[in-house]
Amino acid sequence: MSALTTPLLPEDFLTLFDPLWSTTSLRGRVVARRRETDRAVSVTIEPGRAWAGHRAGQYVGIGIDVDGVRYRRSYSLSSPETAEHLTVTVQEVPGGVVSTELVRNVPIGTVVELEQAAGGFTLPDPLPGRLLFVTAGSGITPVMSMLRTLAAAAAPMPDIVLVHSARTPQDTIFAAELAGLAARHPSLRVVQRHSGVTGRLDPASLDAAVPDRAARTVYACGPDGLLDALTDAWDDVVVERFTPPARESEGTGGTVELGDSTVEVQPGQSLLEAGESAGKIMPSGCRMGICFGCVLPLREGRVRDLRTGQAHGEPGDLVQTCINSACGPASIDLP
Amino acid sequence: MTATLDTTVTDSEPGPEETGLVRQPQRPLLELVPSTRRADVQATTALTAEQIEELGRRLDAIRDRVLDERGASDAAYIRDVIGKQRALEIGGRALLFAGVLPPAWIAGTAMLSIAKILENMEIGHNVMHGQWDWMRDPKIHSSTWEWDNVSSSAEWKHSHNYLHHTYTNVVGKDRDVGYGILRLSEEQRWTPYYLGNPLYNFLLSLFFEYGVALHDLEVEKVAAGEKSWSRVWQQVKSIGRKTGRQVFKDYLAFPALAGPFFLPVLAGNLTANVVRNVWSHAVIFCGHFPAGAVQFSEEQLADESRGEWYVRQLLGSANLDGGRFFHLMTGQLSFQIEHHLFPDLPSNRYAEIAPEVRSLCEEYGLEYTSGPLWKQYLQVLGTINRLALPNGKR
Repeated sequence: MSALTTPLLPEDFLTLFDPLWSTTSLRGRVVARRRETDRAVSVTIEPGRAWAGHRAGQYVGIGIDVDGVRYRRSYSLSSPETAEHLTVTVQEVPGGVVSTELVRNVPIGTVVELEQAAGGFTLPDPLPGRLLFVTAGSGITPVMSMLRTLAAAAAPMPDIVLVHSARTPQDTIFAAELAGLAARHPSLRVVQRHSGVTGRLDPASLDAAVPDRAARTVYACGPDGLLDALTDAWDDVVVERFTPPARESEGTGGTVELGDSTVEVQPGQSLLEAGESAGKIMPSGCRMGICFGCVLPLREGRVRDLRTGQAHGEPGDLVQTCINSACGPASIDLP
Repeated sequence: MTATLDTTVTDSEPGPEETGLVRQPQRPLLELVPSTRRADVQATTALTAEQIEELGRRLDAIRDRVLDERGASDAAYIRDVIGKQRALEIGGRALLFAGVLPPAWIAGTAMLSIAKILENMEIGHNVMHGQWDWMRDPKIHSSTWEWDNVSSSAEWKHSHNYLHHTYTNVVGKDRDVGYGILRLSEEQRWTPYYLGNPLYNFLLSLFFEYGVALHDLEVEKVAAGEKSWSRVWQQVKSIGRKTGRQVFKDYLAFPALAGPFFLPVLAGNLTANVVRNVWSHAVIFCGHFPAGAVQFSEEQLADESRGEWYVRQLLGSANLDGGRFFHLMTGQLSFQIEHHLFPDLPSNRYAEIAPEVRSLCEEYGLEYTSGPLWKQYLQVLGTINRLALPNGKR
């Protein structure tokens, strides 16, 4: 077939009829949105045929176009493993491009790019005898997938305590559903806390609320401060972090991992110059930002356009090395 | 016409009218000097270094504004063009299966020709320039796009994006000047071979995609010791693979699928490829070689500033007049000047910035060459015929 469509693929024509028919790039279509709180929305996506499913607790990479530009973010799945469609529950981050789009705007029918589910925040098989879930804010989402999966299974609900904290009752995602689950499953105890009223979760107050804490396998998901406190105080806590590493926003230069070696990029120096002076074989062309012969994929960090002074770059972006400098630590793949 | 970009600093004694003045001697950085062999220079202009850099800043401002505005409607534009192009290709090929009926053959061939032109010009050429990379869509990206042409994208990006766009109209550097086959400049030394200039041009226009693929090879660089035969062989294999797939698709697979109607499908596909070749050859040659577009020498490149680069792009290019459909069918290369100033701006924006660029040119006394396709092409053919002869007299 591809001999007939060369240099394109048959799917480049087939996807004119349905974008989900693509077999080389996984896509999904937004089929439902449900408001969970003032700031959070559950978005249900029908995945293309290549979707391999997920394990409860995993996240999915979603690429969505905002004002014509594709942004890629990862969100924990809140739907059970058995669901035909996948659901992510997104809480708006102030100034966040993608979360704002998903919470406020994204219309039903929007086609998004998907990556297969990934992540190791999953329950072992067989299940531990007793579990403690500690979640805060939107950290409830991967645990919700676990609880929904366990509730849908034939086996009885294991012995679980969930301590979930949100700012206020109105801000609590899944408040009603959690209460309903606890009512139906006697082995599930749900403790809902509100940081605006009783303060933030910490190891001491959790120990007080869960006397047999030490006998439980602990899964925690929430802000970095909470997770750091828990891992410092207790052994063997399984955590899932949502916060991306801090990024430089001023100046140029930095330490850049280039392929398998490390290169110091001087202030004002381009990535191309830095790579070449370190003896790397760099693809190059016009050296003035017009020919795109020098682009390399950014794995981590950001770069700064030496022409405009603007910092930019998302993991996976192809950046022009001849007119971009580093913007703090970054990591770039070499062909 | 030909011109000299005078970058040599000549510290002449200040004239009497300048003595006592504190200002820097205003050296004419860019002076278009009439060639001894051509007499039709209208664009004799002398801009100061400051003026050139000021012009550069004003052009940068246009670029920055468009970059700021780029958004959902631009993304929708290119996706719409790609969708329509693919629909036209499916429709054209389907109609050709009924190609024993003359109306179906004509309509099918026309649709396929338009599809191929759109694919090469408005889509392929512009995507490979990185005009749509900002969308971060891996399906519409300069690093992933492969076009419906025997030249492979990787080779094309080197010879076109890098050599042609960086060294625009620099004789000896920009291999688009004559494609290694034609004599398009007085600076190219005449040999009896060039008596065939008009014939070579005619053949090049018919087989343009093959001419482009071969010109990517830069065989003359091997003779000069700048390139190894193994690299050439590597490229030949790459071009061979691509050509093989293209030829198999158009001249074997689709005709064979039509069974008893093999020949009409073959003829339709062949015609569409030739129409695309002749059209793109005409548009591209009118972009740089009609009267009014200026050629440069390698010496003029030394220490070129951003502003001077802009001016060279401006003077080395020529626009074509026409309506919206015409511009679309040229891949917006009818805005060759704007494309050369800003090769990575989305092509749908060239029409909008063209009036601003034009008025800047008027303000700075730079020639903004533009004309209808037929007129420009006749001028190009005139140049090709004239340069077939040694003295190249008009």
